[in-house]
Amino acid sequence: MDNKQLYYVPNGTYWPIIGSVGVSTLFIGLANQMHGVEWGMTVMLLGLAILIFMLFGWLGQVVNESVSGLYNDKVDASFRLGMAWFIFSEVMFFVAFFIALFYARNLSVPWLGGEGNNFFTPELWNGFSATWQQIAFNTPSTTLQNGTEISVPVKLVNTWGLPALNTALLLLSGVTLTIAHHALRAGKRNNLIFWLIATIFLGVLFLGFQVAEYGHAYADGLKLTSGIYGSTFYMLTGFHGFHVTVGALMLTVILYRVQKGHFSKDNHFAFEGVAWYWHFVDVVWLGLFFFVYWL
Amino acid sequence: MTTDVIAEDHNHHHGPEKGIMRWIKTTNHKDIGTLYLWFAFIMLLVGGAFAMVIRLELLQPGIQLVNPDFFNQMTTMHGLIMVFGAVMPAFVGLANWLIPIMIGAPDMALPRMNNWSFWILPFAGAILLSTFFMEGGAPAFGWTFYAPLSTTFAPDSTDFFIFAIHLLGFSSIMGAINIIATVINMRAPDMKFMDMPLFVWTWFITSFLLIGAMPILAGAVTMMLTDRNFGTAFFDASGGGDPVMFQHIFWFFGHPEVYIMALPAFGIISHILPTFSRKPLFGYSSMVYAVVAIAFLSYIVWAHHMFLTGMPVAGGLYFMYATMLIAVPTGVKVFNWVATMWKGTMTFETPMLWAISFVILFTIGGLTGVMMAMTPLDVQYHDTYFIVAHFHYVLVTGSVWAIMASVYYWLPKWTGNMYNEKLANIHFWLAVVSVNVLFFPMHFLGLAGMPRRIPDYSLQFADFNMISSIGGFAFGLTFILFLYIVIDCIKNNNKATSRVWEGAKGLEWTIASPAPYHSFESPPSKEEIIKESQHFHEK
Repeated sequence: MDNKQLYYVPNGTYWPIIGSVGVSTLFIGLANQMHGVEWGMTVMLLGLAILIFMLFGWLGQVVNESVSGLYNDKVDASFRLGMAWFIFSEVMFFVAFFIALFYARNLSVPWLGGEGNNFFTPELWNGFSATWQQIAFNTPSTTLQNGTEISVPVKLVNTWGLPALNTALLLLSGVTLTIAHHALRAGKRNNLIFWLIATIFLGVLFLGFQVAEYGHAYADGLKLTSGIYGSTFYMLTGFHGFHVTVGALMLTVILYRVQKGHFSKDNHFAFEGVAWYWHFVDVVWLGLFFFVYWL
Repeated sequence: MTTDVIAEDHNHHHGPEKGIMRWIKTTNHKDIGTLYLWFAFIMLLVGGAFAMVIRLELLQPGIQLVNPDFFNQMTTMHGLIMVFGAVMPAFVGLANWLIPIMIGAPDMALPRMNNWSFWILPFAGAILLSTFFMEGGAPAFGWTFYAPLSTTFAPDSTDFFIFAIHLLGFSSIMGAINIIATVINMRAPDMKFMDMPLFVWTWFITSFLLIGAMPILAGAVTMMLTDRNFGTAFFDASGGGDPVMFQHIFWFFGHPEVYIMALPAFGIISHILPTFSRKPLFGYSSMVYAVVAIAFLSYIVWAHHMFLTGMPVAGGLYFMYATMLIAVPTGVKVFNWVATMWKGTMTFETPMLWAISFVILFTIGGLTGVMMAMTPLDVQYHDTYFIVAHFHYVLVTGSVWAIMASVYYWLPKWTGNMYNEKLANIHFWLAVVSVNVLFFPMHFLGLAGMPRRIPDYSLQFADFNMISSIGGFAFGLTFILFLYIVIDCIKNNNKATSRVWEGAKGLEWTIASPAPYHSFESPPSKEEIIKESQHFHEK
């Protein structure tokens, strides 16, 4: 049997069960925390710690195996397929929230105003009428069904302030990352490190501005509790921000691995996988910029 | 462990570890498949026990056994456990066991992740079941967890249910990614896509459904979570949201989910019928295209679950026609199965009995599906026992039937022993009679207007409910017999040949029974692949 056909099937591993314990502990802690149980936060952080321990251990093992040359092109292809379809599943997660956004903007909010065949609306909601931006200031009721008071903002986020700047930053970070990739393929290590650091810097800058923007929005009264506008705004941008954070952390790990000399000109799947992820985050942002901030 | 023998190591360097650690640490697709199958079976018994409580309460009108809230917890958890705990894991277990040996691969593409996608499940199942012991009891809003029942008016335990769904979603997504990578990357080099067995094809397509639909479900439960705990207004009209939006998002996941539980069943039946008809599968390529068509259509028909939400007439019409369109590729499959048997040299071993009854009973379920798809008729049937009859015909006599058929069909390959054919025959006949006694009267109940998810009912429904309950208890008992047959098959010494069935084709029959711990370390040859493929090859 020639070498090409050998596929690396690892021996038994503890990491998955540790991961299961970690993620379950995290969720149990979080649920208890939300219900006001004292030990909730502690358990949640414990779960998070286990999860991080698992990620370091598992991925560290994979890195070691990769560096010691156990993997071949076949294994590489499996990793690529795995990463690509993982990103696709992430896209579909965002799709759920975009569906909510489009549905509210184009269907349910106009219906609340009596459009379409929902002729009971005027009686149910007292002649309420609104379009998408307006609904932030003028929700059908002042409290939600579960008693939460709805926060009415004084103004919305200005598209051409921080959001536009952030769009530029993220797009630029996509470019710097591509330059870094070219440097890697050309074997120019110093260029690679420089442009990788630039990418991480832009990502962190983006996150900083995003936090600042949240601060302004909150001060203006635009909160998670500002009805459907606030819900879609914060959930979409919040999950995106979380993904940028994860992406930036992954890029930092890649930077560390570059320093360690783990990558060669033609064998650097981890770099490419993280780059795909970063571009995915980038594209989601474009969707957010158009549909959440601009239109 | 009784299952040790299933993947006993025969020849190779790194065999399985000893004891419980083997199962916790395993990266072997056969071990993981076994784990999935046993987990699914245990969950089937748990969900089945809930069903027994439901049928016992419904045996007579009036409220005798449980209070209405607990009854609702039973229907909710029965549905959730059966869908996410029994049927889906059973199919993933079959995929794990069979896909690598059907495509001549040494293992799944991502073996460690494979371990994780299984080992999340027991934790998710435990969290889900733990809700019974919480204040306010388990979720009681039906397995579809419509808002606002699941948001404003639900018990605290709902948050645990939400996280359990997240975990189940992680598991399914990782499983699907693994299957896609395996099918694309691990096929024997000489196996073309159009030489793949249909079980592989159907699972390949199903993986795309999973990977597209499960994240949507994750999004839906996340919105529920924030609506419940952080004051968002996705499903609350007072804040400009819409409870009907929940239904749209849920069914955008939910309808592909239906086919996630049906397509692998189609694949299994397409293996068993040719074997016992001793003919190649009729219309192999049309079977593949039909599966692709069904998968595509499954994404654009979701609102046929929501005809009574007050959707615009144009919407109702579109979803009606699009849904009925699914009958076309499904019909292609049914006709192909019948044509496969046509003029075949048929014998009726147990897997064949399950497969043939699948074709008949699944078709009944499919036809009631067409009835439900018609908007004006659905107004009459919606949320009655008619829909309960419909989806139990497609899920029990469809999905579960195919799982049963596949267990009998491949059990000799897994254990190396033949099961007791006589007992298996008895099991089949008991099951097929009792399942129809159980579910068929539900059609009449539904047409007469008995609503679903109700612990009590008016007197005119009493007779059919009693018949249905008696069928239900009998059907429940058949699973004890099934368990006995499986354990007997593992322990007996009635050795199976590697081909097992004289008419069987497929690479899995070219390796020893039981399948060695590591199969296909060198890929099968082109001649072998063509010889074992499901259709004729032109010379």
